[in-house]
Amino acid sequence: MSATLTTHDREGLITWIGKLVVDASVAVGELTLFFLDMLVWLLTHLPRRPVLFMCMYQIGVQSLSVVMVTGGFIGMVMAVQSYDQFRFMHLETNLGAVINISLVKELGPVLAATMLAGRVGSSMAAELGTMKITEQIDALRVLGANPMHYLVVPRFLACVLLIPMLTVMADAAGVFGGWLISTQVCGIDSLHYWNHTEAYIGSFELFSGIVKSVFFGAAIAVVSCQRGFHCRAGAEGVGRAATEAFVYSFVAILTVDFFLGIVANGLYPWLVK
Amino acid sequence: MVAEGPLIEFRSVSRRFGMQEVLRDVSFKIHRGESVAIIGESGCGKSVTLKLMIALLAPSRGEVLLDGRSHRERNEKELTRERLRFGYVFQQAALFDSMSVEDNVAFGLRQNTNLSEHEISAIVRERLHEVGLPPSVCAKKPAELSGGMKKRVGLARALAISHEIMLYDEPTTGLDPIMTDVINELIVQARDRRPITSIVITHDMVTVGRTVDRVIMLYPLPRLGPDETQIIFDGSPAAVFSAADQRVFQFVHGQAGERLQELALK
Repeated sequence: MSATLTTHDREGLITWIGKLVVDASVAVGELTLFFLDMLVWLLTHLPRRPVLFMCMYQIGVQSLSVVMVTGGFIGMVMAVQSYDQFRFMHLETNLGAVINISLVKELGPVLAATMLAGRVGSSMAAELGTMKITEQIDALRVLGANPMHYLVVPRFLACVLLIPMLTVMADAAGVFGGWLISTQVCGIDSLHYWNHTEAYIGSFELFSGIVKSVFFGAAIAVVSCQRGFHCRAGAEGVGRAATEAFVYSFVAILTVDFFLGIVANGLYPWLVK
Repeated sequence: MVAEGPLIEFRSVSRRFGMQEVLRDVSFKIHRGESVAIIGESGCGKSVTLKLMIALLAPSRGEVLLDGRSHRERNEKELTRERLRFGYVFQQAALFDSMSVEDNVAFGLRQNTNLSEHEISAIVRERLHEVGLPPSVCAKKPAELSGGMKKRVGLARALAISHEIMLYDEPTTGLDPIMTDVINELIVQARDRRPITSIVITHDMVTVGRTVDRVIMLYPLPRLGPDETQIIFDGSPAAVFSAADQRVFQFVHGQAGERLQELALK
């Protein structure tokens, strides 16, 4: 069979790539407009306190246990996986530095954000999607409330304010989990474990992870609310909105993480002298 | 100052969703104080017409005017203010799932007035009483209510603020005959209590007979010829029951006619 592309195949491929580029541009454009619209509302009208507190409770308090369990297991798994390799090199006391720096700089914020994209992002998209298809969003507008102000701004604020706190809790649980396995199971001396940790982790490492989580929170809120607002009719539409909210949030988290990593590396020599 | 001329006017309004056109060149006027029913088969664009009136949707072509001024000329802030002139009873009630019945009915009052919680609570109970619901429903969530109760809460929410125009989207669909009569009576009472303009979308000819003084019938676009207008009837309720147009007559009297033959051919 010939491996060469016919004119028809080439046209099909070009059409497919063109459609992909156009669709991606439209999606990014819609997301940007949605974010800017939300930003205008955020800067001009603060949300009502009861609505904001309810969102904070749902996003922050109700996510605490799942985020801490995730963080704890990440720390423990890292200790289990790394111990043998470090023992071969007689560097097992350095385990604390490796586990904790990975946790606070990268794994804690990214995995906490991923968990929240799954728990909070999908839930927000499904809730707003259901509100859209059952005309509750229209009812808000009829009753003089702007859906962007009433529904999106409090969720955005709750994510941006609380996801960093949840990240701190995930980091703390991970640090504890890593220490528990390293010292109580693998037998590493606790003093050496913490000494190495202290030597390698400074304010920059700690805060770069927390700053990143603010952006992750913003990405989860904007992507998930936008998916909810663009939900199609029916149970299938709500299911799809929830799935897309998680998938797109996850992609957004990794993309933001990559670019923030570059920025952080560029800033490192300036901030840490 | 009250503007002269019609309160609501559709000028050659068309509305398309993707490739599907739902309304085409629809024009009509509604004057202050009128009670109008918009009837027609499912999918002919009745609910879309209502949403265009209140600017929840924008027309693809043409103009929707309120007090002689097009919705297009208004910014979002003005549209929000204009929407408060309307009370809207949604087809499926559209109650906020996460709120109690009391919070649902109080929502518009909290959002748009400076009344104290005590005053709001009194108004909520009064409105619920008007629609025949006891104060004990206040703490319930919409999921705990029957279909008829949800519709009545939706009506109470729409009536909580004094509106100039009431829009009812199939207020009696899915209700038993007794509850239908209750809702019809509430619509009539709302109109009689203060001078409002009512627009009712319905399939129920009993509702038409009881609640309105003018009927507009829309016809689905796929069944229309290229030069036919989508409004196939505009007149009094008495006239609609004796309309000469076969399409109107069949709808009003619930006769499928040639549709049965079409089904048989399939």
